[in-house]
Amino acid sequence: MNTFRELFENLREFAVAVGAVTMFLLRMLRHLPRAITRPSLIVEQIYNSGALSLVIIMICGVFIGAVVGLQGYEVLQRFGAEESLGVGAALALLKELGPVVTALLFAGRAGTALASEIGLMRATDQLTAMEMMAVDPVLRVAVPRFLGGAISLPLLAMIFIGIGLYGVQLIAVQQLGVDAASFWSQMRAAVRVDDVTDGLVKSCVFGVVCSLIAVYEGYTAIPTAEGVGRATTRTVVISAVLVLMLNYMLTAVMLR
Amino acid sequence: MQSDTTPSQVTRTTVTDNIVEIRDVYYSVGHRSIFSGLNLSIPRGRITAVMGPSGTGKTTLLRLITGQIRPDRGQVLFDGIDVSQLSRRELYRLRLRMGMLFQNGALLTDMNVFENVAFPLREHTDLPDALIRNIVLTKLQAVGLRGAARLSPAELSGGMARRVALARAMATDPEMLIYDEPFTGLDPISMGMIVRLVRQMNYALGITSIVVSHDVDEISILADTSYLISGGKVVASGSFVELKDHESEIVHQFMNGLADGPVPFHYAPAPDYFTQLLSDDT
Amino acid sequence: MRSTRTIEMSTGLFVLLGFASLFFLVTQITNRELSVDSKSYDVEARFENIGSLKVGAAVSMAGVTIGRVASIRLDQGVYKAVVRMKINETYDKIPADSDAAIMTSGLLGGQYVGITAGGAEEYLKNGGRIELVQDALVLENLINQLAASFSNRGSDTGKQPAAQETK
Repeated sequence: MNTFRELFENLREFAVAVGAVTMFLLRMLRHLPRAITRPSLIVEQIYNSGALSLVIIMICGVFIGAVVGLQGYEVLQRFGAEESLGVGAALALLKELGPVVTALLFAGRAGTALASEIGLMRATDQLTAMEMMAVDPVLRVAVPRFLGGAISLPLLAMIFIGIGLYGVQLIAVQQLGVDAASFWSQMRAAVRVDDVTDGLVKSCVFGVVCSLIAVYEGYTAIPTAEGVGRATTRTVVISAVLVLMLNYMLTAVMLR
Repeated sequence: MQSDTTPSQVTRTTVTDNIVEIRDVYYSVGHRSIFSGLNLSIPRGRITAVMGPSGTGKTTLLRLITGQIRPDRGQVLFDGIDVSQLSRRELYRLRLRMGMLFQNGALLTDMNVFENVAFPLREHTDLPDALIRNIVLTKLQAVGLRGAARLSPAELSGGMARRVALARAMATDPEMLIYDEPFTGLDPISMGMIVRLVRQMNYALGITSIVVSHDVDEISILADTSYLISGGKVVASGSFVELKDHESEIVHQFMNGLADGPVPFHYAPAPDYFTQLLSDDT
Repeated sequence: MRSTRTIEMSTGLFVLLGFASLFFLVTQITNRELSVDSKSYDVEARFENIGSLKVGAAVSMAGVTIGRVASIRLDQGVYKAVVRMKINETYDKIPADSDAAIMTSGLLGGQYVGITAGGAEEYLKNGGRIELVQDALVLENLINQLAASFSNRGSDTGKQPAAQETK
């Protein structure tokens, strides 16, 4: 019977958490019109979440592309279909690897930075000080960071996919001798604009989710060193799980 | 910035000589009762000290005064206006008339000293940059840190950070300043600086000052009136001398820094010493 | 505290890079309709069975892609699949009696339409129809044919030994 009660408690806590996050999101959205009147804050946050994540995204993009090229070539070779490597790699990157891996990397790099920054502001009373100075911290701190992240992730995903394709090409054409012309032409023949937009939509959704979680965890962190640490960890874990869950759901919807 | 801050839908009860009135306030967190029937008045234009042993809710009191939390029962009045009844917008308007100095300064870490002091001006006024610059430099000069304008908060010592925070709290020329433990953790020199500044703000500008502290020595120099809070109520009030000679045991223990008394040395629920030593468990 | 100008510039570059990537992906990677970059003319062919031919599949001649399958529909009058193809207008010398066959590209590849030139002196024009067609090879039919030919041969060989024995 104890396990039932625990389960019930956990479910209840889960429902409460979902409700709290939703209300926080609504609160931020209500501030959206006013937040847009301060573009400099948003620009700064796009820089923090996006531009500063470029290096890790590009490095990982090349390596993911290279491994897709390597692995894909080996598998396709068994069926004599090496020339389809371009198609396979492009579709894999566009529809799945691009959005998902970028989102996970984003959660790890930018998400934790956001959560710990806001959490620290909470722990050192900076958010309370703002309240005391009659400045709404949600408007001034949370919303710009949320928007910065939500805008950055799709852009990062596109860059990741582009760099990834370069990595595939590097391995396939330069290294393994796949014919460059057929590599690209097969790709062009099989990939549709829909595939690109599918990936774009996914990364937009992931952008909203990862930024929301990061900002929420930081804002509601317990104001101690330990509390900020926990908020950071939770950001990564919850973002990762949500991204993968939503990925499945979005894919199912898109493939109908 | 003394703008028109009379909220339209809020009724003023009475305009008194006390800028803040706490009337019969009850507040508890969960099962723990923090205040049970607290009564307090902060006279306008004076320095009032609020003291008490650790954990008696001094910071909670400040949060009640500034409207961050609402009492379960009772009234919290600022200039005759019931703070706990205000909407968020009205509360923000009211807070422009108060300044608060946090224990660790709470400077915004992504800006330098100048930007920190300018922050409330930039957020609430449309003043041109040149005017803001002059105001900021004036406030920094008042606290003696005009030369530190370009430093970042990480480069400041504790005392300097608090002085910058004071300059920032002063930026909008509030009627009342609240100092939350301003002396904690400072060396004697920095403490002296803060004391001097608190005095100056009060004497020169007529700003009401509430100092929450347990530094009895510093309070003795500064305060016009003092309150001692313990067990959720005011146990003593009046001038410093009155408190020092108070008959109540707890007041006596606090004012003289005695290790044992109504606030016991030994933490309460502990088994008999001899028995515990002899037994095996903790 | 970086200067605002550096931040703005870096952010600008980042956003531009993001959009450039998107632009690159959409234009360089995706399937472009032939009508977008070159003119084409329509040619039709009717098949009994198109197998797994899809819209957008290639139409090729001698291995060279000369067009795309634009639409596939079922003619309920004659119960045949009507495949309309768009042929690049530079390939305007396809004999009117050429034959269109549905082929498979490699083992895993999709199906496409392969056109083999005939000998007529007239060429296909816009709206023209290819009459000679070869349907897609359907695996089940192949297997049935194979099974049938085995059983035929089996009954032949079965007779001879018996005849010999009765001698």
